Amino acid sequence: MTPFRFARAADTADALRLAAGPASAYLGGGTNLVDLMRETVATPGSLVDVTGLSNTVSPTESGGLLIGAALRNTALAEHPAVRARYPVLSRAILAGASAQIRNMATVGGNLLQRTRCAYFYDAEGARCNKRAPGSGCDALEGFSRYHAILGASPACVATQPSDMCVALAALGAIVHVQGAGGARTLPFTELHRLPGDTPEIDTVLAPGDLITAIELPPLPFATNSAYRKVRDRASYAFALVSVAAALEVEDGRVRDVRIAFGGVAHKPWRALTAEAALRGGPADGPAFHAAAAAELADAQPLRDNGFKIELVKRTLVAVLGDLGGAVA
Amino acid sequence: MSIIDSAKNAAQGLVQGALGKLVPLAPDSWIPGGLPDPLIARKHGLIGTPVSRLDGPLKVQGAARFSAEVAPAGMVYVALAYATIPRGRIATLDTQAAEAAPGVVRVMTHRNAPRMKPPAVFGSSPTAAGPSDLPILQDDRIHWNGQPIAAVIAETQEQADHARSLIHVTYEAGPSTTSFAGAKANGAQIGRFMGQPLRNEIGDAEAELAGAAHRVDHTYRTPRHSHNAIEPHAATIVWEGDMLTIHDTTQMVTAEARTIADVFDLKPEQVRVISPYVGGGFGGKGLWDHQIIGAAAAKLVGRPVRITLSREGVYRVIGGRTLSEQRVAIGATADGHFKAIIHTGTAAMTPHNAMPEPFIFATRSGYAADSFKLSVETVKMNMLANTFMRAPGEAIGTFALESAIDELAAELGMDPIALRIRNEPDKDPISGLPFSSRHIVEAWRSGAQRFGWDQRAPEPGTRREGEWLIGMGCATGTYPYHRMPGAAARITLTRDAKAIVEIAAHEMGMGTSTTTAMVAGERLGLPLDRIEIRYGDSIIPGAIMAGGSQQTAAIGAAVIAAHNALVAELLKLAGNESPLAGLSVDEVGSEGGALVRLDDPACRETYQSILARAQRDTVAAAEQASMPVEAMHWSMHSYSAIFCEVRVSAITGETRVSRILGAFDCGRILNPQTARSQFRGGIIMGLGMALMEETLFDERNGRVMNANLSEYHLPVHLDIPEIDVMWTDIADPHTPMGAHGIGEIGITGVAAAVANAVYNATGKRIRDLPITLDKLL
Ligand SMILES: Cc1cc2nc3c(=O)[nH]c(=O)nc-3n(C[C@H](O)[C@H](O)[C@H](O)COP(=O)(O)OP(=O)(O)OC[C@H]3O[C@@H](n4cnc5c(N)ncnc54)[C@H](O)[C@@H]3O)c2cc1C
Repeated sequence: MTPFRFARAADTADALRLAAGPASAYLGGGTNLVDLMRETVATPGSLVDVTGLSNTVSPTESGGLLIGAALRNTALAEHPAVRARYPVLSRAILAGASAQIRNMATVGGNLLQRTRCAYFYDAEGARCNKRAPGSGCDALEGFSRYHAILGASPACVATQPSDMCVALAALGAIVHVQGAGGARTLPFTELHRLPGDTPEIDTVLAPGDLITAIELPPLPFATNSAYRKVRDRASYAFALVSVAAALEVEDGRVRDVRIAFGGVAHKPWRALTAEAALRGGPADGPAFHAAAAAELADAQPLRDNGFKIELVKRTLVAVLGDLGGAVA
Repeated sequence: MSIIDSAKNAAQGLVQGALGKLVPLAPDSWIPGGLPDPLIARKHGLIGTPVSRLDGPLKVQGAARFSAEVAPAGMVYVALAYATIPRGRIATLDTQAAEAAPGVVRVMTHRNAPRMKPPAVFGSSPTAAGPSDLPILQDDRIHWNGQPIAAVIAETQEQADHARSLIHVTYEAGPSTTSFAGAKANGAQIGRFMGQPLRNEIGDAEAELAGAAHRVDHTYRTPRHSHNAIEPHAATIVWEGDMLTIHDTTQMVTAEARTIADVFDLKPEQVRVISPYVGGGFGGKGLWDHQIIGAAAAKLVGRPVRITLSREGVYRVIGGRTLSEQRVAIGATADGHFKAIIHTGTAAMTPHNAMPEPFIFATRSGYAADSFKLSVETVKMNMLANTFMRAPGEAIGTFALESAIDELAAELGMDPIALRIRNEPDKDPISGLPFSSRHIVEAWRSGAQRFGWDQRAPEPGTRREGEWLIGMGCATGTYPYHRMPGAAARITLTRDAKAIVEIAAHEMGMGTSTTTAMVAGERLGLPLDRIEIRYGDSIIPGAIMAGGSQQTAAIGAAVIAAHNALVAELLKLAGNESPLAGLSVDEVGSEGGALVRLDDPACRETYQSILARAQRDTVAAAEQASMPVEAMHWSMHSYSAIFCEVRVSAITGETRVSRILGAFDCGRILNPQTARSQFRGGIIMGLGMALMEETLFDERNGRVMNANLSEYHLPVHLDIPEIDVMWTDIADPHTPMGAHGIGEIGITGVAAAVANAVYNATGKRIRDLPITLDKLL
């Protein structure tokens, strides 16, 4: 690990001031960043610890929830209002990592955790455009079980690995950011980007931007929501694919629906095509199948991950089937 | 009954009780016509009772000092840099920035490392322990992707780690073979294991197969596995003048010391390897490059060195199980009689090592058949030297063989257990030797009943609960009884009736020191708390490798030999004034801290009394174990019947093992408590092998891409159901204590039992490990 400076931010302004330098990084629980520093994938000159900033969960005027970015993953998953009103979020978080890691991990850090692509991690032995722009992509024809089937580019086929983010994408969360130009918000689904020619850039945030909170808008039918994660062992593995969904059924027809996929793309994949196909239509197996097929129409398999196309379809159909059954 | 009669009976009972406790000296070899170890007949001692590990409290308190916790004054730390190409030369190696980094003492490369001989490769002599015969940091050549190319020596581990990242190296790539297909195209050679070719043919198996009424003929594939003991490899190394001391975590103190002595041109007595605690071995804790690099570094800088491999370092420097491709074909008559068994295939190894993963071993003595064709061929790849991993050969060989038997049972419409019992051999089918002790049928019957095998649906894919398809499978596991030559023990008896038993063996957490104390106590007629076991030190006479599940037998035989020698010494010391005067070694036994006349237990003298009269504080005897000739007279193996129930999601293909039972036939179980853990641990490793373990070796450049415990999947708690184990507990009359080693048998058969259960659940036959969900979609 490369030596670095360390400072603890007292408040948001303090954090921004401390992180003004070019090689600074915010430090949440450190469960991802510290690993990357050990691997010399990340070499920040200074760390600004932001775990002392807001970690509260408070109701918003519109009837949603505002979640401080320093809140630990475990605390968010266990929060009674989250469990009751947004169960998909609770379950997504609990499906991730291990209890120890969730106890350390913060909401802000979870959002910005980086890909688990093995070639990205291997700073000494592999080429990676995300780590060393322009060096090439060894994953393209290498081990790609955990890689993208949607929205990838020849420069990068990595996936965003977070479970929590898949639920946030489905719920239409809003990200609160404090940057050099002041405070702003953006839709969660616009936070992460597709790789294109610049896979080294994961998100639309500018250097020094601090995530201060996540806002969950009111979504009454999210009480009928679920998260299903499919993985290579029963626990403590990243998703091969995952599905977050909320479904509202009335008289056998889909009144509203939210769907997002994990493990398939460079960002949590909001399945807008499937949602549109379902809305207003019958809430039954054939419709679920058709919606899944429509969403995956452009999927591109790599050497090792062709099975994901079928897997994510099946998982979506199963999740919708469960949610539909629960309402009916 | 009169009062006189009952008094007489009571007296007789007392005498019999004393006789019951009295243990005659054991014979020191087990040849036809010889006597079994008298400890077998003894039913009420410590043996067979559950005894907690004597080292348990120390470990729970964190007071057991492992090799990376020894801290000599002035110690420096090492971090290794690894090659990133599979073969070629170092073109440039710039260590300037690393040398200038804070805390760095030296950077050692092939340019400034002390001159050393390549280690003698394991198997090339009884004391050779080298992973390969490659020179270590002696030239600019690269032989595998991950080979250590530089060692940073610094005041702290963090400083060493940081400076390591400042080393700049470029390579001149040479031609290399890093794909299995490429290696096969280069040609295969017959594997040789310990000098013997891995090939057996009886009759014309291909013709018998072709003519058989029923046959199966398939190819099974198993991937590379990496060692992942909870304790990564580490050594703390001190030179005092020309004396080299290595505090290591190793399964072979003696051979390692000898091999390292050779590397540094020292006499054997100039190198001492000490290894009291090993945090998991499984075949991976032998001699590898890092101990030699650490010793060289300590020599170069003139200070003690600690070298601790990172988890990544373990994947790059410590070999694992190699990949294999195995054909198993079985031809049978309509009623299930095996006409032919063919088990052939290929395993990858390197040009520089000698470990051809002998996957046909289990097949050699598993079943009767009219004809056999067995062989292991090897191909060469430019990769880290592959090595032993828990049941090398049997673990993957039983996957192929026992899957094929299940396939044949399906083809014949027979119950797979009945098919196995139908082909139970009455003698070893290849060697023709009688079995020393084989009760696998009993294990099958008792296991099937306990597991509820009769609940299995004969038709695959017919049991379902919601989305979960449920199936049952079974398989035979097996592992040979080994006892290697060279073991010795020294027993020192003190005047306060304490015995110190010294053996150059190893405690890897499986309870060896505990069972050794139990057995020694029983032999010497002393309670457990009067026994002290010293082990894990190369200055102790003899060599007892913790490998091949042979420690228990080797220690047992060595202690017998030393005990016999000790009794001879005691009789000499006892002299003419002793009640034992004039008796010979075969006329006495040990009991209650005394030597006792066998045919008259009242005639006895305590050890204390003998020593006191002779005015001695101690008496000691060291002796070599007898040669393991028992293995020349019998075919000797342990067995298991593994039963498994799985649930496979019809939606996602995820497999969850819901129940598993191992019914073992492993001779007499010395300590059920530690034995149960060994069996369970083996089964857990088998489940990992079945469902998830795989070293991702990038065939483009030979680089391991999942060199960490996040991406290399081992089972986690949620993957492991309650594991049930049971055993026949039938003593083998031809081994010390009637026991067999049990360290490796647990993993064997498990992967096949899972694969067979998956077939029963889904109707899909997976012949490629691991059984990941994509294969079941
Ligand atoms: C072995 C292992 C297994 C795992 N398995 C899973 C899994 O199955 N599913 C899953 O979802 N996750 C998994 N994780 C990842 C885990 O969820 C993340 O490591 C964790 O959420 C990161 O949070 P953190 O607070 O520790 O982030 P840090 O490591 O502290 O930071 C991560 C990134 O976020 C930035 N950052 C932190 N806070 C802010 C902020 N307020 N504003 C702007 N930037 C910020 C940091 O600069 C850094 O770039 C696993 C991790 C490990 C080590």
